Amino acid sequence: MEEKVIWADGLTKSFGAFTAVDHISFEVRRGEIFGFLGANGAGKTTAMRMLCGLSLPTSGRGEVAGFDIATQQEEVKKHIGYMSQKFSLYEDLKVWENLRLFGGIYGLKSRAIREKTDEILSDLGFESERNTFVRALPLGWKQKLAFSVSIFHEPKVVFLDEPTGGVDPMTRRQFWELIYRAADKGITVFVTTHYMDEAEYCDRVSIMVDGKIEALDSPRALREQFRAENMDDVFQQLARKAKRTSD
Amino acid sequence: MKQFQSFVLKEFKQIFRDRRTSLILLVLPIVEVLLLGYAITTELNNAAIAVFDPSKDAETRQISERFQASRYFTVVRELTDAQEINDVFQNGDINMVLVFPERFSEKLRNGEGADIQFFIDGTDPNQASMLNGYASGILASFQAEQAELFRQPYQIRTETRMLYNPQGESAYNFVPGVMGLVLMLICAMMTSVAIVREKETGTMEVLLASPMKPAQIILSKMAPYFVISVTNLITILLIATFIMDVPIRGSLFWLSVVSLCFVFVALALGLLISTIVDTQMAALLVSGIGLMMPVMIFSGLIFPLESMPWGLRWISDFIPARWYISAVRKIMIEGVGVEYFAKELGIIILMAVFLMAVAWKKFKIRLS
Amino acid sequence: MLKYLLEKEFKQIFRNAFLLRMLIIMPLMTIVLFPYVTNQEVRNLKLSVVDHDHSVFSSRLIRKADASAYFQLVSVSSYAQALGEVESGDADIILEIPRDFERDMQRGEPGQVMLSANSVDGTRGALGSQYLSSIIADFGTELREEAGITASPQLRLSATYRFNPTLDYKIFMIPGLIVVLLTLLCCALTALNIVGEKEAGTIEQINVTPVPKSLFILGKLLPNWIIGLFALTFGMTFAWAIHGLVPAGSLLTILLFAGCYILAASGMGMVISNYSSTMQQAMFVMFFFLIILLLTSGLFTPIASMPGWMQACTVVNPLKYLAEVMRLVYLKGSGTGEMLPQLFALCAFAVVFNVWAVVSYRKSL
Repeated sequence: MEEKVIWADGLTKSFGAFTAVDHISFEVRRGEIFGFLGANGAGKTTAMRMLCGLSLPTSGRGEVAGFDIATQQEEVKKHIGYMSQKFSLYEDLKVWENLRLFGGIYGLKSRAIREKTDEILSDLGFESERNTFVRALPLGWKQKLAFSVSIFHEPKVVFLDEPTGGVDPMTRRQFWELIYRAADKGITVFVTTHYMDEAEYCDRVSIMVDGKIEALDSPRALREQFRAENMDDVFQQLARKAKRTSD
Repeated sequence: MKQFQSFVLKEFKQIFRDRRTSLILLVLPIVEVLLLGYAITTELNNAAIAVFDPSKDAETRQISERFQASRYFTVVRELTDAQEINDVFQNGDINMVLVFPERFSEKLRNGEGADIQFFIDGTDPNQASMLNGYASGILASFQAEQAELFRQPYQIRTETRMLYNPQGESAYNFVPGVMGLVLMLICAMMTSVAIVREKETGTMEVLLASPMKPAQIILSKMAPYFVISVTNLITILLIATFIMDVPIRGSLFWLSVVSLCFVFVALALGLLISTIVDTQMAALLVSGIGLMMPVMIFSGLIFPLESMPWGLRWISDFIPARWYISAVRKIMIEGVGVEYFAKELGIIILMAVFLMAVAWKKFKIRLS
Repeated sequence: MLKYLLEKEFKQIFRNAFLLRMLIIMPLMTIVLFPYVTNQEVRNLKLSVVDHDHSVFSSRLIRKADASAYFQLVSVSSYAQALGEVESGDADIILEIPRDFERDMQRGEPGQVMLSANSVDGTRGALGSQYLSSIIADFGTELREEAGITASPQLRLSATYRFNPTLDYKIFMIPGLIVVLLTLLCCALTALNIVGEKEAGTIEQINVTPVPKSLFILGKLLPNWIIGLFALTFGMTFAWAIHGLVPAGSLLTILLFAGCYILAASGMGMVISNYSSTMQQAMFVMFFFLIILLLTSGLFTPIASMPGWMQACTVVNPLKYLAEVMRLVYLKGSGTGEMLPQLFALCAFAVVFNVWAVVSYRKSL
């Protein structure tokens, strides 16, 4: 019996007359790497923000780590990690200070934080950057750090919103290694991306078009279903139906 | 030209999309004028006084009544014990105690001389000296009447005329001040912030790379604030004339000319600030501290210029708003001809030309 | 958890060179420069004289007026010329002495003089003419004394000023300026703080953590409170070092009231910050409210002179209470017991604004 870590049923978010997320339903199993795909403006980020308890659903239900996302947001937040699309660590704090701050917020003890910090910095090969101000780090490093912060407290689920935007292919590869390592530890990974090669790394993917989930399965199954060479083809076929323009 | 129009339109849209800020831009001047007009005043009204009158004769009663009748004073307490004089000030309810001597009337007549003492709460020196001034005035007129009653020689009758503002309306004084303040705030502060925001977000580069000339870009940035400040000016003048009965005695034409020249000074200052700072924060602070404060201080809005030490008065000569406010006062309230404010107008025009030239040069340097 | 939040805020503050500079420059500017500027006393009125009499009496009167601290003689000319000077701003008040001023008086008839004061600034006009009238009345008394006429109604006036015998404007203004300083600094810093995190995006990372709203606000409030106390210390030190001004009352009283006030002002800033989406917007909203609160606080103009409805409105102005307290403590040496209503009011503001700040801080939209 596989544990459902995330499930959504008819989840909807409207801003006035505009329905950003339109009745989406899906389930994510424990330890899975779940790819959440869609063009810009398809509603990915909005859906993710609802799951993280940053945004209240207009209608529909959902649970993350066993807690209701509409009524138990603060409980949800205890068990998840989140890495936003826009880099959101404190640029005027040093690398170790950011780790310490968020470790502290999640209730870790000072000593545990110190040990964990050492471990993470050595994993990342960041020892020399311990005392560097975050603003001075190159983008790729910032994103690795942001990811480390998001799983610092060993959450059940981590939500990554376009974690590899704007970095070179090399760094992207390294980043995915970090994701696999987290998944190996039993952390469920919920990741949005619009790099279709990355979609291949996921256990299952869903593709959102105009606020709705148009396809959901493993990458291989989707390729077969759409008779496509690769995920990019699948995506192109679906995205062509989109009526919304991205900004 | 079409391009330019669409640009200006874009600027307007950007400003009015932020409802809260645009509301404040339009409402702030109105609130300021109404507050200054109806709510706060540097004048003194109905100051609470106490009277200690051990003689209780016709003269002391007459004097007390005169104090009561004056708009400046209200007698709220009669003290019965000289001891109380020291205590009444502690809680700050009484501003002044008027103390008569014993046998006042007798002393007044027999040449011995009657002493009247004022005990004034000096906490607010401004109010204290006003209290003293008005109280002395009341007694001086009492004395003059008495002297006349006794048919004494060497009487001097003083006839006083209040020029331009016989009722002493404070609105006459501050409306020009608020006009200066608002134009400075909107034109300079907003322009500088708007231009710096483009720099901060990097969109300035995009604009400069477009076929638009730099001058057109700057003009289109300034245009909305120009329109907003003209709107504000009209609102202020409408409120002033129709609600507060402040006259526009001089020519509306010259008032507009002076105001427009001042708007150019303010816009130039805004542009200048935008060329020397890089963040919105800094633009706000520089224009807030560098422009708003001096205007507040040196405009004569609350603090009379004449009372400042000469060093500060000298500094005030470099504050454009000081000249603008002075010119507006002359045109609106005194209704004098152009020859009387030619100096102010000249200075404003010189400042406008000078600042525009410097700002433009600095802007050009940044481009290249 | 609070420990980590505080650590973070303090680090950010100490790394912000601009903020630290403001912390020194603002008290210095307000306390050193402002007292000279905010003097509302009416003096140095420019007097223009029109003398048609050209007599001994008229020139004595003119000299007497010129000798007074209130007036400064700018010209002796014709009325038309004098009026021109008023219009161009070179004169504030005209004293016109008609022909036969001396002759009338020597004949035992009253002499006549005319005053014309520019009253665009009503207070200035009214006070100026009052001052000049009393100088003229004094002149009459002087003449009578010289003539040896003493059996007359003689009235001698003397004024004693309590608490501030020399009517030093600085003593009055500085306690008030400390209030302005605390307000500007505490309100601006918090108003820009949370919205600054919104603009930087860092608030997202905080919002997705289980940090309780009240702790987050408290983490912002406490460092700001300490900054405010520093500003208070700097302000009071400058007041002492430069103007030699020390409170007549106890420092602890000031600390107690200012402490409450700083909490209230910081809370107000955070409420504004919570409702704003950009720093620019927060700044404008803050400006808007601060201008109104400052003008109606009694700091610059007496509250007693305001109309009844406005006096009623000032009940909800926190600045008013601290302004009263600072002046009472600095000048009259009042103690906490005499200012309990102010203490309750300030505590209430501190509680209301900070609860409001917690409630209006939205972790989820």
